[in-house]
Amino acid sequence: MNLNSYKLSFSIAWVHLVSKPKQTIIAMLGVTFGIGMFIALVSLMTGLNDFTEEITMTSSPDIHIYHDITETRLSILEQINPNGINRVHHQKPKDETLRLRNARQLLDLIRKDDRMQGVAPVLSSQVFYNYGPVQLNGLILGVEILEEDKLFDLKAKMKEGRLEDLLSYHEGIIMGSGLAKKLNVKKGDRVVITTPQGFTRTLKVVGIFQIGIGTVDNVRSYANISMVQTILQEEQSYITDINIKLKDRHLAKQVAHELQTKFSYKAEDWETANATFQTGVTIRNIITYAVSFTLLIVAGFGIYNILNMTIYNKMKDIAILKAMGFAGKDVRSIFMIQSLAIGLVGGLIGLLVGFTLSSLIARAPFDGGDVISLDHFPVNFDSTYYITGIIFGVVTTAVAGYMPSRKAAQVDPIEILRGQ
Amino acid sequence: MTAIVNYVLRTQDIIKYFYDPEKFQVLKNISLTVNRGEFLSLVGKSGCGKSTLMYVLSTMDTDYQGQLEIAGMQLTGKSQNELAQFRNRHIGFVFQFHYLLPEFTVLQNVMIPALKLGQFSNEEIEHRAIEKLSVLGMQEHAKKRTSKLSGGQQQRVAIARALINDPDIIMGDEPTGNLDSYNSGVVFDIFRELTSVYKQTIIAVTHDDEFAKKTDRVVVMSDGQIATS
Repeated sequence: MNLNSYKLSFSIAWVHLVSKPKQTIIAMLGVTFGIGMFIALVSLMTGLNDFTEEITMTSSPDIHIYHDITETRLSILEQINPNGINRVHHQKPKDETLRLRNARQLLDLIRKDDRMQGVAPVLSSQVFYNYGPVQLNGLILGVEILEEDKLFDLKAKMKEGRLEDLLSYHEGIIMGSGLAKKLNVKKGDRVVITTPQGFTRTLKVVGIFQIGIGTVDNVRSYANISMVQTILQEEQSYITDINIKLKDRHLAKQVAHELQTKFSYKAEDWETANATFQTGVTIRNIITYAVSFTLLIVAGFGIYNILNMTIYNKMKDIAILKAMGFAGKDVRSIFMIQSLAIGLVGGLIGLLVGFTLSSLIARAPFDGGDVISLDHFPVNFDSTYYITGIIFGVVTTAVAGYMPSRKAAQVDPIEILRGQ
Repeated sequence: MTAIVNYVLRTQDIIKYFYDPEKFQVLKNISLTVNRGEFLSLVGKSGCGKSTLMYVLSTMDTDYQGQLEIAGMQLTGKSQNELAQFRNRHIGFVFQFHYLLPEFTVLQNVMIPALKLGQFSNEEIEHRAIEKLSVLGMQEHAKKRTSKLSGGQQQRVAIARALINDPDIIMGDEPTGNLDSYNSGVVFDIFRELTSVYKQTIIAVTHDDEFAKKTDRVVVMSDGQIATS
């Protein structure tokens, strides 16, 4: 009985929809446009977010431990006389080295923690790369290259040469692609580097990497940690940084805090290090959802209007249906079915339109310039956004359809049947 | 039990007020019994309350005092949903205008109340609808859109639709009010045949004296009361 009732409501709704094809199509187009744009926007925005997140992650560790000598400290005066009114003008950092004391023990301790995926010691130093008479400022990182690979997947970033070559060739260097281009060196060439202390050394380029961010590729090169210790004339335990990759990246803040209190060295998590990037992600998300939501609301108003008009035109039909034994809920379901059908079909077409748009955008050429190496737009084809889109669309149309449908259910048949 | 009683509709002391623009008693203690197979016309000057009474009898108007019983069922105080179901099963309507659904064919229009009732299969309902249409001489128009028919034909389709669930009672509100004299005659003859051949009970509100005179029983209303019956 109930099933029959629904079948009947369904066929009446269907006849209403197909008897006014223009009106139905316009209502559907509203939803199609809303959802199509939502998918295209979300795909592009999240694609961009993922892309920037990925390249940011490849250049910054989950947690970075270093000795922050610029950290403000209490002056001697304040230490001696903590309750007095003290004034120390322009206090400078203490003359400390950047080294992490007992770095090897620290490494062993951190490695024991099973939340860690990889832990790599780094010795970094400013250097000059000599290119004839020109000196280019840059950075050299002394690393255990295989540990470093675990953190940043360097193998995939190699343009020339192999990581293992660095292990077999002690005086080797792996250079960023931008830097190599500026210095006009290829694999196998030799470069002369100068430390701030004035020592020079000639190293052989065994490989060239490209991470994709100009600020890294244009200045950075990797060498063996012992090599860099030698250049800086420091002993075997001289390490300035520890980079950590966690099994769960989202624990970074908490773990960083633990490590900082435990070792009293600065431990910076990736979110703090990339705060501007995080802000960008948030703002892009807000814009995407605001625009899509607005589009869908506009589509909802369209459906509301069209259903209202339909119901106004169908007053007599509604009255006679109620006289013949249709209950309010049957009448309501006739119009709810119409709005849901518009929402569902319009939404599905919208997904298709969105997918097509995203595919087109993904193929559009886009020059990231020197800053990021990108030749087309990154687009995300994650199915969750498609599910979100269709649910969003159907819910909007259901809400927009509910009010006019309820009005139709409440039509008093007597007023219409006897009025004329 | 209900089979023994020979009346199909009975009211007791129906009282109804209109509140707009001011309180006004439109029905005053209406008690009426309609027997099975009776062809009854409800007449009176306009404003006497005859239409109002009919809409109370139709169960669509529930804002009244008193008792209403149709086909052995006490209907006063039932919910709107129950009353809708009741109308579907027990009452057929013919109005001044046909109120056929314009997007549907003649056959579909006739079938809708039966599909709603859901007592028979679709094939059976279609068969019954064609049967009803042929009683009214409309079977050859079954596949047409209702808008392609003349006024008289449309009214005949509306009657077929009222008959589809074999209702206990057919209620007409000026069923010939919008028809010329020829078509009025046709509709009256159909009603006549339905009551005499099929023992169908019919209550028709009309201001057409010719029509009323020929019915079995004329109930005259005046000032919210039954004057003669």
